[in-house]
Amino acid sequence: MDATAEQKYNFEVVRWFSVMAVVYLVVGALVGVYIASELAWPVLNFDSPYISFGRLRPLHTNAVIFAFGGCVLMAAAFYTVQRTCGVRLWSDKLAWFVFWGWNAIIVSAVITLPLGLTGGKEYAELEWPIDIAIAVVWLAYTFNFLMTIATRKTSHIYVSNWFFLGMMVMITYLHVVNSLAIPVSLFDSYSIFSGVQDAMIQWWWGHNAVGFYLTAGFLGIMYYFVPKQAGRPVYSYRLSVIHFWALMFGYVWLGAHHLQYTALPDWTGSLGAAVSLAMIIPSWGGAVNGMMTLSGAWDKLRDDYILRFLIMSLAFYAMSTFEGPVMSLKTVNALSHYTDWTVGHVHSGALGWVAMVGMGAIYHMIERTYHTKMASPALINAHFWTATIGAVIYIVAMWVSGIMQGLMWRAYDEYGTLAYTFAESVEAMHPYYAMRAIGGMIFLLGAVLMLINVIMTVRKSVSEGSLQQARASAI
Amino acid sequence: MAENTKPKSFQEKMEVNIWALLIVLAMALSVGGIVEIVPLFTMKSTMEHNQHNELIWQREAGQTLADWDAGDGIRPYTALELAGRDMYLREGCYTCHSQMVRPFRDEKERYGHYSLASESMYDHPFQWGSKRTGPDLARLGGKYSDDWHRKHLRAPRSLVPESVMPNYPWLMETMLDDYDIETRMRAMQTLGVPYLDSDIQGASEQLAGKTEEDAMVAYLQVLGTMAELDESKVYRE
Repeated sequence: MDATAEQKYNFEVVRWFSVMAVVYLVVGALVGVYIASELAWPVLNFDSPYISFGRLRPLHTNAVIFAFGGCVLMAAAFYTVQRTCGVRLWSDKLAWFVFWGWNAIIVSAVITLPLGLTGGKEYAELEWPIDIAIAVVWLAYTFNFLMTIATRKTSHIYVSNWFFLGMMVMITYLHVVNSLAIPVSLFDSYSIFSGVQDAMIQWWWGHNAVGFYLTAGFLGIMYYFVPKQAGRPVYSYRLSVIHFWALMFGYVWLGAHHLQYTALPDWTGSLGAAVSLAMIIPSWGGAVNGMMTLSGAWDKLRDDYILRFLIMSLAFYAMSTFEGPVMSLKTVNALSHYTDWTVGHVHSGALGWVAMVGMGAIYHMIERTYHTKMASPALINAHFWTATIGAVIYIVAMWVSGIMQGLMWRAYDEYGTLAYTFAESVEAMHPYYAMRAIGGMIFLLGAVLMLINVIMTVRKSVSEGSLQQARASAI
Repeated sequence: MAENTKPKSFQEKMEVNIWALLIVLAMALSVGGIVEIVPLFTMKSTMEHNQHNELIWQREAGQTLADWDAGDGIRPYTALELAGRDMYLREGCYTCHSQMVRPFRDEKERYGHYSLASESMYDHPFQWGSKRTGPDLARLGGKYSDDWHRKHLRAPRSLVPESVMPNYPWLMETMLDDYDIETRMRAMQTLGVPYLDSDIQGASEQLAGKTEEDAMVAYLQVLGTMAELDESKVYRE
C-alpha cells in the first residue's frame, strides 16, 4: 500500500516542504520570542540597526506567515490534491520550481528585512523584485494544483480542494493589487496608492491574508486531515457547501473593520463591521463540521496525540472567530484598536488555530510520506501541551494588557483631565510583556521538540529502510 | 461512472468541473473588494479638501516649498522631510506608532484634532499604523524642540524612563550627501504628488551636509502641522 503510494504520487516534494515548514516554525517563533523580549527589556535591541524591533518585527511576521504557513500550505495542498484526485501531481518539475522558488524568496526576505529594505506596508513589506517572484511562484503553485485536479481520476472534486483553490485565486488578487509600486531603485519603491485608498487596499490585503491564506487554506487542511486522522467521514456535506460559499463571498469585505473611526469614510468601516458580524456563522459552521466529525470517535483523543492538535486547533478557531466579530463592533473597536488586544487576537488565531492544525497535518504527512510512525509519541504529547499552554499564556497576557491600555488611555480623573500619561501606560505593560515573552518561549520549546522528533523520525525511516523499500518495491 | 454523475444542481456542476469552479470563485471573490475600494477613488466626499479647499496649500507662481509656513495647507514633503520619511519606513516605526487620531475626547486631548484623509493624500504608502506601543505621531510636529527629538532618538530612556523604544544612534552617523532624493521625488511626481520640476532640480543640494537624523527630525516636526484645522468646522460626518 505504502509502496504503491510512493510510486504513484510525488511524495518527495511533500517531504521537503514538510521538513522545511518545521524548520521555519522554529525560526519564526524564535524571532517572535526575541522581539517580544525586546519590548519587555529594550536593552536587547543592542543599538544595532539589524536587530532593532522595527526591522525584526516584519521578519517575524513574514517568517511565520509566508515561510512556515506557506510551506505547510504547499506541502498539504500538494499531498491532499494527489490523494483526493487519485493522480500524481500534473508536473513534478513545476512542483520543484515552487519549492526552490518559495525557499529562495524566504532567504531573500531573511536578508533584506534586517537591512531595512521594505515597502513599508504591514504584512507586505517585501520589496518589488521579491514581490514579482512571489507572484510567479504562487501562480506556478496554483497552475500545478489546477492541472492536477483537471487530470483527476475521481468524478467529484473533494471539499478540501475548493478551499485551497479559493485561497489561491484570492491571494493572487490581493498580492498583485496591494503590491503595485513604482520602483526608485533595485531595492526600493513607493506604493502607487496613497493615504486613505492605500489604507483600504492594505487592509483588504491584510485581513484577507488572514481570511484566505490563514483561514481558507488551513480549512482545506482541516477538511482532509481531521477526517483522515479520525477515520471518520466529514460530519456534514451540506454544512461544508454552505459555509464554503459564505466564507468565500463574505470574508473579502472584512478588511474595512481595521479602519473604524479613522479617516476612512464611515460607510466603509460600518459595512466591514456588519459583514464581520455575519461571518461568525460560516466560521462556526467550519468549526462545528470539524469537531462533529469526531462524533462517535471521541475516545481516539485519549491516545492519538496528532488528533489532539487538530481538535484543539478547532477550539481555538471557534474562539478567535467569535472574538473577531466582537472586536469589529464599533464600541468594542474604539477600545481595542491600537492595543495589544489586537495582537492577542491575532495570536489566538495564529498559534492556536493555524499553527496547531498545521502541526497536526505535518505530523500526519511525515508518518505517511516517510512510511513509519513518529519516533516518539511522548514528544508529540509534550509538544501538544507546551503549544497549548504557551498559546494560552500569550493570549491571556495580551487580553489583560490590551484592555488595560485601552482603559488607561481614555481614563479621566476627578478634575476631568486625562488620568494617565502615555508613558504610564507603557510602564503598566511591562509585566504582561514579560509574561507574553514567557508564553512565546514555551510555545517555541514545543516547536523545538517537534523538530527533534521529525529529525528522529527521518533517521528512523532511513535506518529501518522503510523509505527505500517503498521506493524500490512494486514497480 | 459518467451516466450517474450527470450534473444537476449548481453545486454539483461546480464539483465536477474545475474550470467552472475557478470562474465562479474568481467572480465571487472580486465583489467585496470592488464595492469597498473603487468608490474611494471616485466619491468626492472621501477627501475633505473637496469641500474645504483651504486645507490645501494654494501655491502662487514662483513660490518654492521653502515659502510655505506651518498652517498654510497640505503640501508635498520637502527633500529633507521626504528623506526623513524614508528613514521612518526603513526603521519600521509604523510597527509601534500610529499616525491616525480618532475623533474621541481623550484622543483630542492627548494628541490633537482628529486626522483627515486629505492630510495623508501625498503619503505613498500611508503610515496610519495599527498599533500604539508608542504614542500616536499624527500631530507630533512642533510639540517638542529639535534638540529634544535628537536626544530622544539617540537614547529614548534618557528623556522618558518608561519607554521601550530602541536607541537609534546610527541615524546621526550617516550622511545623506549621496542620497538619491531627486529620483525619489521624480517617482512621487509620477504618482501625482504635485512637485514642480524646480522643486526637484537641486533637491540633493538641500541634503548636503545633513544626516539621517536631521532628516528624521524634519519629518517628525512637520507631522500634523500642514493644515490649520478649525474646531468649529465639521470636516467629516
